[in-house]
Amino acid sequence: MKILIKGGHVVDPKNKIDDVLDVFIENGKIKKIAKSITEKADKEINAKGKIVCPGLIDVHVHLRQPGYEYKENIESGLRAAVKGGFTGVCPMPNTNPVADRRSDMEFMIGEARRLSLINLWPVGAVTLKQEGKELTEFGELKKGGAMALSDDGRPITDSSILRRALEYSKKFDLVLMVHCQDEALFCGGCMNEGFVSTKLGVPGIPVEAESVEVARDIQLADLTGARLHFCHISSKKSLDLIRQAKAQGSKVTAETCPHYFHLTDEAVLRYNSNAKMNPPLRTSLDVDAVKKSLKDGTVDAISTDHAPHSESEKDSEFDHAPFGIIGLETSLALSLRLVEEKVLSLSELVRKMSLAPAEILKVDRGHLSEGAVADVTIFDPNVEWIVDKNKFESKSKNSPFIGWKVKGRATEVICDGRIVMKDGEIV
Amino acid sequence: MTDTPKAKTEFRWTRKDLLSVEELSREEIELILQTAESFKEVSSREVKKVPALRGKTVANLFFESSTRTRTSFELAAKRLSADLVNFSSSASSTSKGESLSDTAKNIEAMNVDTIVMRHSSSGSAEYLAKKLKVGVINAGDGIHEHPTQGLLDIFTIREKKKSLEGVRVCLVGDILHSRVARSNIWGLLKLGAKVTVCGPPTLIPAKIEQLGVEVSYDLDKVIKDQDVLNILRIQLERQKGAFFPSIREYAAEYGISKERMLKAKKDVIIMHPGPINRGVELAAEVADGPQSVILDQVTNGVAVRMAVLFHTTMVER
Amino acid sequence: MNKLVLDSPSIERAATRMAHEILEKNNGVDGLCLIGIQTRGVILAQRLEKIIEKISHAKVPIGILDINLYRDDLTKVAEQPIIHKTEINFDLDNKIVVLVDDVLYTGRTIRSALDAIVDFGRPKRIELAVLIDRGHRELPIRADFVGKNIPTSDNEIVHVHFTETDKVEEVVVAQK
Repeated sequence: MKILIKGGHVVDPKNKIDDVLDVFIENGKIKKIAKSITEKADKEINAKGKIVCPGLIDVHVHLRQPGYEYKENIESGLRAAVKGGFTGVCPMPNTNPVADRRSDMEFMIGEARRLSLINLWPVGAVTLKQEGKELTEFGELKKGGAMALSDDGRPITDSSILRRALEYSKKFDLVLMVHCQDEALFCGGCMNEGFVSTKLGVPGIPVEAESVEVARDIQLADLTGARLHFCHISSKKSLDLIRQAKAQGSKVTAETCPHYFHLTDEAVLRYNSNAKMNPPLRTSLDVDAVKKSLKDGTVDAISTDHAPHSESEKDSEFDHAPFGIIGLETSLALSLRLVEEKVLSLSELVRKMSLAPAEILKVDRGHLSEGAVADVTIFDPNVEWIVDKNKFESKSKNSPFIGWKVKGRATEVICDGRIVMKDGEIV
Repeated sequence: MTDTPKAKTEFRWTRKDLLSVEELSREEIELILQTAESFKEVSSREVKKVPALRGKTVANLFFESSTRTRTSFELAAKRLSADLVNFSSSASSTSKGESLSDTAKNIEAMNVDTIVMRHSSSGSAEYLAKKLKVGVINAGDGIHEHPTQGLLDIFTIREKKKSLEGVRVCLVGDILHSRVARSNIWGLLKLGAKVTVCGPPTLIPAKIEQLGVEVSYDLDKVIKDQDVLNILRIQLERQKGAFFPSIREYAAEYGISKERMLKAKKDVIIMHPGPINRGVELAAEVADGPQSVILDQVTNGVAVRMAVLFHTTMVER
Repeated sequence: MNKLVLDSPSIERAATRMAHEILEKNNGVDGLCLIGIQTRGVILAQRLEKIIEKISHAKVPIGILDINLYRDDLTKVAEQPIIHKTEINFDLDNKIVVLVDDVLYTGRTIRSALDAIVDFGRPKRIELAVLIDRGHRELPIRADFVGKNIPTSDNEIVHVHFTETDKVEEVVVAQK
């Protein structure tokens, strides 16, 4: 199978390509990138006016299967990812049962293979049932296909367990992704603690619930020398700590999500449960810090924390509604605003959504080098569209961005040399 | 009477719901207070009943127990000749896992006109009002607001001090968990009062000063300037989080004792939304003393709730 | 076009005559009380009270009644009425109550007032005094004391203006 992508603006941060070029794909591999390729292809894609970049990777999603298929399943989740322009996603293990065994990894990967859409790189649990007590079998998980470890959704409260987990992970060279949340400070909170929470009478979560654990985890990363990755960082305080740690040589990486650079806790006013997530939306000070940290490299990657919940779960009293929003289908457009706002160059943005996530996972993707696996995303950066609740591929509709007018949308997704989406339609 | 046109300048009520004092304009608050004055007279009659809401049905939907507020609403509805039904949490189906919106929609389907709800979730009244065509009166939602309590407190202050303009009111105690405090603050500020909140630092919510109130941890320092002391109930069941070490120390620092009253203005009035923990936040002698207007609050509560039920129920749906 | 039916001196004369008639019918002020219906009935009642005091050198108790809560169309009116004060600070039992209003038209206001009054007590008798009777009754109600009968059509409105509320003193008939 030969695919020729004609006339697109190719952006490949790793190879410092940022130019109008043709891309030739043969047998699942990038064969050649050059001006005016004339070779005969089975399929030709006209990418004029579009951006051609390494396939986007999201290191942090929740696909809910097994256990919560009414919210999402692997099929609907992967379809949502394709729509969003992704060629690889990492589902977190907080399914039911918790994905803490090799067979759980194999099940998910098997489902993805059967669907033949994009890469599913599972994240295995750090502790059994995510209870923070006993370590899972990291080696077995890796053999089953785990690409990372995390107890996401729940912090690892016991510092000694986290220390041992970090130490042990070095043997398998798996990154450990931490959800930073001091349980005692979190204390049943439902939104950011501040003026808005005081006004609404909603129990608050102080910024320090996150930053206190970030501080601890930096220390443990330094102590163990293991690879530690901070999930969904939301606050200036945490980012300042991470910036400082990186400057001093700590082996930590960090991600943030589009909602943390677009929304503040004011989005919760009128008790909007679609603005309820964990960590919670913070203040404009934090939004500015998140943008600054994307620019200066404190934040390595943009993830979505795609967290589907059914409408009836979200449609309830604010404190009863579950945390989380979906994000796969809006992430690219929302992130492209960073380019418009001149926070990031297009190339920097592409890096944070493809190469950087690949490097965190240590998977050889996220670039268009000759001979690399042909995971390619093509998007139209100029198309304007309105986020429509009825047009999500995801089973769930819990997005605070519904009704937003956004710009930029993936039109073609090629995974492993297969065209998965063409002209915005999943093949 | 019949032919005289109504003055066009008079303010009209248009809300089917009363969800918070925050959402009310000064004019709306004043209208409620004015109507409540007229209704206070009704409760003093031999026949304590007017036919204003005859044929209307009010449902009390209380998910938290509260004999006092529920009874006050019940009397208010009955004095306006409305029919009233009580749904209490134990008798309702929420214990069977029914959602709030389903429970309320069922009650609505029985053609009630107004639902009076108390619920432990902040925002639950607003949530319900969005779902239902019938009116929703917030009788306390979590730690958010308790608008009728706020309005009746303001009514009582106005009755005693004539105007709210420049009156210094201090809310004392657990501000963090107090829906009464939030409703008071919004209303008092809108009518020109000066508000101080005073309590242990652990029970003062984040950034409350941004509402326009003063914050103090030292009651003895601020007590002398106050025209009104509104003493909040210490909810012993909510103090599990180590907000203060002991009831004894709380009473010593923030309780209104006879001795502490000597530091207050001579004409200070003492308010409390009830029920009182005697000897904790309020000494018995003060609660029963000449400056206490606690029972006036209870009397006025019926009148204010009559006014709220009257205006909201009469709005075209 | 507004048609003037009573000017200031005629209003005063009518009120004086009504006061005399009230005293004559009830043999003086014994057991007598006045209740004015908000808002212009109250003003007329206050004037009658003053005239009665001048004639008989005795004070009669006067009360204020807001009948809005007793209206039979209360829940149907588009605009919510403002509820004014009701103040009847005396016992009505066995009293002769003279109910006072500015205009008698359909009779529904008076029906509401009668309902309200019986909630306050059991008067011996209730009489009705109005400045203007314009006809078109919808209920079997008639006035005992009338300032002036004015035949009107249904598409006319009678405006009673008192200086206290309206700055001018007149009764005019206007087209709807």
